[in-house]
Amino acid sequence: MMILSELAYWESTSLRVVGGLAAVLLMAGTLVYIHLFKLVSFMQSRLGPMETGPYGSLQLLAEVGKFLQKEDIFPRKADRFVFAAAPFVILMSTFLLVVVVPGGPDAWFIDSDLGIYLAMAVSSVSVIGILMAGWGSANKYSLMGGLRATGQLIAYELPLILAVVGVVIQAGTMNMQGIVLAQADGSIFGWSGIGNPFLLTQAVGFFVFMIAMQAELTQSPFDMPVAESELVTGYMTEYSGMRFLMFFIGEFATAGVFSAIAAVLFLGGWYVPGIDSASNAFNVIGPLVMLGKVVFLSFLVFWFRFTFPRFREDQLQKLAWKFLIPIALVNIVATGILKVAF
Amino acid sequence: MSALFAAVSTTAPIFVAQNVFFGIIALLMIVSALKVVTTSNVVHAALWLVLVLAGAAAQFILLGSEFVAVTQVLVYIGAVVVLFLFGVMLTRASMGDDETVASEKRSMAAVVAALLLAVMSIALIDSFSDDRLVIDQPQLVTTVADSIFSQYIVPFEAVSVLLLAALIGAIVVARKD
Repeated sequence: MMILSELAYWESTSLRVVGGLAAVLLMAGTLVYIHLFKLVSFMQSRLGPMETGPYGSLQLLAEVGKFLQKEDIFPRKADRFVFAAAPFVILMSTFLLVVVVPGGPDAWFIDSDLGIYLAMAVSSVSVIGILMAGWGSANKYSLMGGLRATGQLIAYELPLILAVVGVVIQAGTMNMQGIVLAQADGSIFGWSGIGNPFLLTQAVGFFVFMIAMQAELTQSPFDMPVAESELVTGYMTEYSGMRFLMFFIGEFATAGVFSAIAAVLFLGGWYVPGIDSASNAFNVIGPLVMLGKVVFLSFLVFWFRFTFPRFREDQLQKLAWKFLIPIALVNIVATGILKVAF
Repeated sequence: MSALFAAVSTTAPIFVAQNVFFGIIALLMIVSALKVVTTSNVVHAALWLVLVLAGAAAQFILLGSEFVAVTQVLVYIGAVVVLFLFGVMLTRASMGDDETVASEKRSMAAVVAALLLAVMSIALIDSFSDDRLVIDQPQLVTTVADSIFSQYIVPFEAVSVLLLAALIGAIVVARKD
């Protein structure tokens, strides 16, 4: 937004905070309604919520109201401060993550040269929140869930970052806008009809990124940290009411933000073919295009989530260390060689 | 040091907001650092350490070194402290205070800390003494990359070898046969 540069620092910061809140909460709400309420119901041959508002569209508000009324329970032996602060740490990581996602040529929160690197850094902070939740609950299941989650998130952060490196090499920048423009203004062997979405050249990276993302989000088939048949609900077991709602929002908002990052890296972000990438129109339709791509990519995430059974813990670690990381490394080497050759 | 940190004349501007925030963040860091060494709960100590390291990242942002700040978050908060917490919770997950933690070898730790402080202060004063450092623009990622892969390529590769040695050492320690 060009206007931002004319505002005082506190004014533009307030606008960014409001915009970030809207981006996180609206996206989380959209994904919960479309995927968790309707998509899974369709897959299981049922209707899902239908009573609250047209097609159950107000069910979300009813659920939030329900959680807000519930008692905020603290286990007697819990480490009160650590227990209470954990959901805030996780949500903070999500809110910091959303600021790097651009919505159009001028519609961005921050336009940093660090871009994707910043995103990878702040996404790793949520691990601390999960460990705090698992340990602060003073509950064996919670602790085991927290430890499982940490082992999983550390293992899958590597393929996630390594998959990004291929894109960064090809785009020649870590700036999210730069990555979008590299795809929008690129060409496939001289044909620039659809730009050059890195989905085509970095197909291996996309494959690794989506699997690692599924694991980072602890969605099935990688949901061992909250495996209900083994650990009740893992590190979330002792949480109720408002704090459980925060974990829930964090889960879906992070799914949305990661999908947005994947959309920027591999699907060209806010760009759609047919309109000049410098056109002002993208400041209006860009965010909508992003939302469309986010809904599509998160559809893949939830499709896998509702289709595949859970892995075993050792299979999960093997997949990351012995399969995804070597593939991602080979992808980096191949991308580097091709980048120099062409 | 790089060109950005070069000494400039004393007519350089003074950044009031930066100085105020430097003081606030430094105070937070000092309080957290004291808590790290005085608390008798190991997990709390690690969580206070998160605040110290986050404060360091914030100071780097005040200096305009975005890349170093983000690396600080990624490496220290996202990996090192997480491994501390992971190890502590895996091995000694007692909830309450552990009196043996804070009392053992306290004097030795104080000596080491004093030595480190002395070495770092001497190094800083020796290389900068009265210089006034002016940061008039953020340090770009490309600047950092250029200096790492040209001027500092040998130390960079040496650090990689050190990390490789640590990795091999971990495998040797963890192997059963």
